[in-house]
Amino acid sequence: MLAAAERWGGGEDERPYLARAFSVARVVDGEAHYLLEDVGPGTRRLCELSVGEGLLVLGPLGRGFVRPYEGRRALLVGGGVGIAPLAILQDTLAGESVASTVLLGFRDGPHAEGAALLSDAIVATDDGSLGHGGFVTELLASELDRDGYAVVYACGPAPMLETVRVMCTERDVPAQLALEAGMACGFGACYGCAVRTRGGGYLRVCVDGPVIEAAELERVDEHAGAPA
Amino acid sequence: MTLAHPIINGSGTFDAIAAYRAFGEALEQEFPFAAFVSKTITLRPRAGNPAPRLWEAPAGLINSIGLPNRGLDGYLAEDLPELARLSVPLITNVMGSTAAEISQLVGACDGRPEIAAIELNVSCPNVQTGLDIGADPRQLEEVVCAVRPRTSKPLIVKLTPNAADVAACALAAEAGGADAVSLINTLRAMALAPRTDRKSVSTRHFGEKSTPASAPTLRSATTKPDVPRVGRWLGGGTGGLSGPAIRTVALAQVAAVAARVDIPVIGMGGVQRAAHARDLLDVGAVLVAVGTESFRDPLAGARIARDLAPRST
Repeated sequence: MLAAAERWGGGEDERPYLARAFSVARVVDGEAHYLLEDVGPGTRRLCELSVGEGLLVLGPLGRGFVRPYEGRRALLVGGGVGIAPLAILQDTLAGESVASTVLLGFRDGPHAEGAALLSDAIVATDDGSLGHGGFVTELLASELDRDGYAVVYACGPAPMLETVRVMCTERDVPAQLALEAGMACGFGACYGCAVRTRGGGYLRVCVDGPVIEAAELERVDEHAGAPA
Repeated sequence: MTLAHPIINGSGTFDAIAAYRAFGEALEQEFPFAAFVSKTITLRPRAGNPAPRLWEAPAGLINSIGLPNRGLDGYLAEDLPELARLSVPLITNVMGSTAAEISQLVGACDGRPEIAAIELNVSCPNVQTGLDIGADPRQLEEVVCAVRPRTSKPLIVKLTPNAADVAACALAAEAGGADAVSLINTLRAMALAPRTDRKSVSTRHFGEKSTPASAPTLRSATTKPDVPRVGRWLGGGTGGLSGPAIRTVALAQVAAVAARVDIPVIGMGGVQRAAHARDLLDVGAVLVAVGTESFRDPLAGARIARDLAPRST
């Protein structure tokens, strides 16, 4: 989904102008829920929306996670605000009686409160204030060591996704990565959100993704995330 | 070519095929534009520029997409049958780096009844001179002259705003045989990576307190800033600025061109509302294209056309 305040600008440098992309975190009684973190002018503007203000919303857009295959267990790996699409995925998998293990990483204790959005999450924090002290990808490595017959669903910051990609490619574990990219339109028109594939071409995060198989990607670039 | 209303899209800012896939019937009921302008088609397929391709600028957007497209053969074989389903006339935008290349593109389009008109993107560097074909009136006239006999369809020249005298370029296009001109294309622009990402560079920023090795002077620089090291944000190095930021530039250029040429002028640049379209029509445009605003609101074209129409009581 893309969202922007109807009245643009107002922030530093007359930003934001464009809409920002979000994943649905959960659908409750016909109401879609989203996770929003103030990380730049676009998200700040949305955090500051006042009652009655117009909102441009476009969606649902793109392709989401695909169900597990070959009886593999599901490993859900999330980082920060990127845990949003894993919540709705966990609901879906539970409804289909598919076993899933949830691994979530956060910067610190206060951010880790977000883990409550999912059930039975194993948590890691960068500062060690809660759960495993270190990266969530370290938890993933232990899980894959224990039982590698799995499919990994991941969403989070680019460095986390890149580690997941490398780890899963090396171990021949299928991984579906929910990518983030700065985009202008969200429906395939602007070609601004292109990510490079191993074949040398490009995929558009908005329509070919945001969920893309790790095996298709050359790498997950950090700069693909802007503008926030 | 008769159109239902004066609002069309700017090339590359709306993808009818992608939009149909995303929005389906909602779009068929109300296609937002009176004619559809394709993205730029080149002779050979292009993958586009490396990422990042976008930068959100003050009141606008810098893009460095790099014209990804299937190439002429791919366009004719794969895109055209889908675009032929549109309920509005199709204008195909093409770009080549030589007159021969452009002639080949135009000639191929001429043979296709699905295409109502052809738009030439002349913001392409000449392979010999490195200058944009459309930036030099003499060169532009030569190219349009060479291409003109290849089609009986309406030929629109999309002028570049990155020229010393845009009205002179418009006159050159007219003299070469263009049936219409469209403007403005994006303005050349650049963005640097966020400062935290720039590594080990010593750059001065005006108004910023720092301890420079030497105070700024007006003597000629002995060392040039190392821009690649400073870190250009866009994968393509530079890009094109669009959006509300360029609206007043567009108004000035459209007014200057419309005052000089006798052929129809298609105006565009930062149009977000009917009032902005009305401004361009008032200075002499006969059609107005909506571009970047369609990224925020895919139905912007329909909204603007509706608000522009005289109210029937």
